[in-house]
Amino acid sequence: MDVFLQQLINGITLGSIYGLIAIGYTMVFGIIGMVNFAHGDVFMTSAFIALIFLLVLTTVLGISSMILALILVMVIAMVLTSLMSWAIERIAYRPLRGSFRLAPLISAIGMSIVLSNFVQVAQGPRNKPIPPILSGGIEVMNTNNFAVTISYKQILIWVVTAVLLAGFWYLVQKTSLGRAQRACEQDRKMAALLGVNVDRTISLTFVMGAALAAVAGTLFLSYYGVVNFSDGFVPGVKAFTAAVLGGIGSLPGAVIGGLLIGLIETFWSGYFSIDYKDVAAFSILAIVLIFMPQGLLGRPEVEKV
Amino acid sequence: MSETLTLSRGAPLSWETNPVLQVEHVFMRFGGLIAVNDLSFSVGRGDITALIGPNGAGKTTVFNCITGFYKPTQGMLRLQHAAGSTFLLERMPDFRISAKAKVARTFQNIRLFSGMTVLENLLVAQHNTLMVASGMTVLGVLGLPGYRNAEKRAIEKAKYWLEKTGLTLRADDPAGDLPYGAQRRLEIARAMCTEPELLCLDEPAAGLNPRESAELNALLLGIRETEKTSILLIEHDMSVVMEISDHVIVLEYGTKIADGTPTEVRNDPRVIAAYLGVDDEEIDLVEETLDEITEGTAT
Amino acid sequence: MAEATVKKHGPDLSAAVKDALLSGLIALGLFGPLVGLRTEQNIRNELVVQGRWGLLASVIAVIIVGRFLLLTLVWPAMAARKERVTPAEAPSPVRQTLSRWFAPASLIFLFLYPAIVVSLLGFQGSLKWVDNFGIQILIYVMLGWGLNIVVGLAGLLDLGYVAFYAVGAYSYALLSTHFGFSFWILLPMAGIFAALWGIMLGFPVLRLRGDYLAIVTLAFGEIIRLVLINWRDLTNGSSGISSIPKITLFGIKFDASPTGFAKMMDLPVSSAYYKIFLYYLILLLALLTAFVTIRLRKLPVGRAWEALREDEIACRSLGINTTNTKLTAFALGAMFAGFAGSFFAARQGFVSPESFTFMESAIIVAIVVLGGMGSMVGVALAAVAMIGGTELLRELAFLKTIFGDNFNPDQFRMLIFGLAMVGIMIWKPRGFVSSRQPTIFLAEKKAIAGTLVKEGHG
Repeated sequence: MDVFLQQLINGITLGSIYGLIAIGYTMVFGIIGMVNFAHGDVFMTSAFIALIFLLVLTTVLGISSMILALILVMVIAMVLTSLMSWAIERIAYRPLRGSFRLAPLISAIGMSIVLSNFVQVAQGPRNKPIPPILSGGIEVMNTNNFAVTISYKQILIWVVTAVLLAGFWYLVQKTSLGRAQRACEQDRKMAALLGVNVDRTISLTFVMGAALAAVAGTLFLSYYGVVNFSDGFVPGVKAFTAAVLGGIGSLPGAVIGGLLIGLIETFWSGYFSIDYKDVAAFSILAIVLIFMPQGLLGRPEVEKV
Repeated sequence: MSETLTLSRGAPLSWETNPVLQVEHVFMRFGGLIAVNDLSFSVGRGDITALIGPNGAGKTTVFNCITGFYKPTQGMLRLQHAAGSTFLLERMPDFRISAKAKVARTFQNIRLFSGMTVLENLLVAQHNTLMVASGMTVLGVLGLPGYRNAEKRAIEKAKYWLEKTGLTLRADDPAGDLPYGAQRRLEIARAMCTEPELLCLDEPAAGLNPRESAELNALLLGIRETEKTSILLIEHDMSVVMEISDHVIVLEYGTKIADGTPTEVRNDPRVIAAYLGVDDEEIDLVEETLDEITEGTAT
Repeated sequence: MAEATVKKHGPDLSAAVKDALLSGLIALGLFGPLVGLRTEQNIRNELVVQGRWGLLASVIAVIIVGRFLLLTLVWPAMAARKERVTPAEAPSPVRQTLSRWFAPASLIFLFLYPAIVVSLLGFQGSLKWVDNFGIQILIYVMLGWGLNIVVGLAGLLDLGYVAFYAVGAYSYALLSTHFGFSFWILLPMAGIFAALWGIMLGFPVLRLRGDYLAIVTLAFGEIIRLVLINWRDLTNGSSGISSIPKITLFGIKFDASPTGFAKMMDLPVSSAYYKIFLYYLILLLALLTAFVTIRLRKLPVGRAWEALREDEIACRSLGINTTNTKLTAFALGAMFAGFAGSFFAARQGFVSPESFTFMESAIIVAIVVLGGMGSMVGVALAAVAMIGGTELLRELAFLKTIFGDNFNPDQFRMLIFGLAMVGIMIWKPRGFVSSRQPTIFLAEKKAIAGTLVKEGHG
């Protein structure tokens, strides 16, 4: 029970991060039907941006309140990562829209290689550890010398994720931007004929996905306290798994899928073998796609003859 | 219904005495929607049978059930070859329906291999014969003469159909480059290369101009004459339906409302009502054609 | 502004300046933190940031100037050229002869390549050129041709192709080190194992369409790599398997022993002979792949692959068993990867899961797509450009004299590789050779424009 509870807490934390990244995948896939392979590396780059500004704010500018610093870092990372994602869409994806189906995918894989290697060249190949922030936590339960704790960092991650998702949900469901987005998802040509600025809507989709990935990047950095240029691929693929599991194109699906993947991963490591936790995640991806390609909340695809 | 018709006519009808396909009590449901509702009809051997009805009547769904792209929720589809063997189509996967039961089809929105040449399209249609001849590829890789002869025969057959459809000069052009009418003809040629017992055409005259439409009629009548292939077609163009078909089945909302010879169907009040209930253009079309045909028979 | 819009072709300088400055501002946002501030660990292992303002300034300056030139010179020039080119662009006779003779000429060159290099640089000097360039590129040519069957012909996007390469490599590594079987026995076995894996993995996933298939194959590729890392009893984990036996030529070893090749031929001992031998071996393996592919394209199975890429539903309506057709493509592609894998293991003498990351799969897919799907010549060209190009970057040591000793051109290899992938896709979304050659013709063989050829749905 105690181990179970602790794994549950850890799993939800990890799942929140995956969920935030997964939204970027699912939105882009929903609107232009493309797997944005570079999204995992956008996430990693945002963690680096957060790292750099965290150091600047704490060591150079001497801000002592960690909460304030984190909030500032998060905002800066969101802005700069959004800018980056906007630029990537403009340069590498937009010219290929409506062209050969594989071209944007190859371009995205290329962009993913570019991002991780750019960060490696610019910041060096080593792990980047930061001093522990927000240490400590709340002890929830203590049985047989096993203390179940929720760390402050985990609380921070839960709160930030919940608040952001609520805001994001409002943005997509209640505003004209969200409406334009859903219109483009249904039929891009028709939306354009009805006066929706399709290019801008698609750009904004990339920007929103990147902003959420930047939040995930900042949270990832503060949770694990270390980041490396190669940290984009595996969380990226897992977040994509989450998006697929939840039903690609579905926003609540992405969040639920993220939580599920996080939970599966932590429980697998807790009860079976930590070595094979990634195998578990990839196997789930394969099994879901084979037996339930529409995911948990996605619409089933009907074959038209 | 068909019983009453038979009684009134007296003479036996080909689709009742010698059917190539019998559709019996077929239902097709998509979730809550019933697309085909207890449909039964027969297609006579050597006949040209037309399946008509307003948009959304379930005609293409029936086609998809016959060719195996959909599995009917309920019901039976029995296909009988002239040689005697019978096939229960609802139990067969789509590619076996074409390969074994010998039912070929075309599509409403043309599905050619557009990046392959016209000739290649016709050779792909002879895949199963050639596959056997190439010893499931193994002998073919070694370049043995058996396969080369088989390929020669396949090319001869392709040439025959190119000739019939007037595409010989375009044989080496990509299928996607052909004009629309030629693409429709190529799709029929490709289907015929599988040597079908039953040929199902989904709106073969859609988008054709009057001249092309007349050529199509000649082509279909020729297929019936020389190849003895039974033809089942979905069509909106009443001139095609009334001129060439031996047997017309009318669907509305997934149910059969009329079944008989073109003359019988044309005068059926329920059919007229069904078409009148649709839209102005189509009424005009029906009336015009009716007039034309009655004039034609008068002279 | 208003004036500028009136005269169409003249570049609008003030707008271009504005645009370039704006690009500079965006570049400041993009590169400011990552280039301008470098995180380093100091002596106490704390992370500190160091400013690199000079570098940042030069990066931004390059972007501003580049953007300005693009707007004022490059794009207007390109637009003007586009207007001049007539729409019906028939290939000139010179170009046609060139493309007809290109394949045989390059084939002759490939057979003469080691001799040319040896005569120019001697045996010792030839090592690098035969090994790093020749063998390395040919491995990727072979992998590209193998994957071309799956992606280019059958239109099935496989992002886990490297898994079969790994199966081949580990088959040879394990069976030769444990049981001492020779390469010539294990080469076909590795191919068969890989093909069996292809069928096993392919069977459940091949009914998936589009990007889903790509992602499942990616997942399988990663699963195989992770199992190789974690199944330490069998594979020795991430440390890999070393001292894998070398290949022999009918029992003749390429070493300094009295029965070795050098002694037998009365030649001075050199590792170059083995490399040259390996070069011809991989060349023959690659040509085998090409030969089989060219043959199969003209057979019903090959036409069915291409038909499958064009329209799967139509295939089914013509009685083609699409599952089997896809499986043969998958298995055959996997088999060639298995051959290449066992060659790779023998050449390196060492295998570890490091060599079989997703990046490798991505590179092979990139080679196929950049080459132009389905085109053998295009794929080979792409392999030469991408692999040879990045290998060349290793030779750029002279740049150290410009950028200082800390500059390591090797670091930029993958960065430039990625940029090239994006650039080539934008420049030629259908790859170097986009037209398709028909497999049969009645009167005249005409190439089919790439725009008509479909890219497959699975």
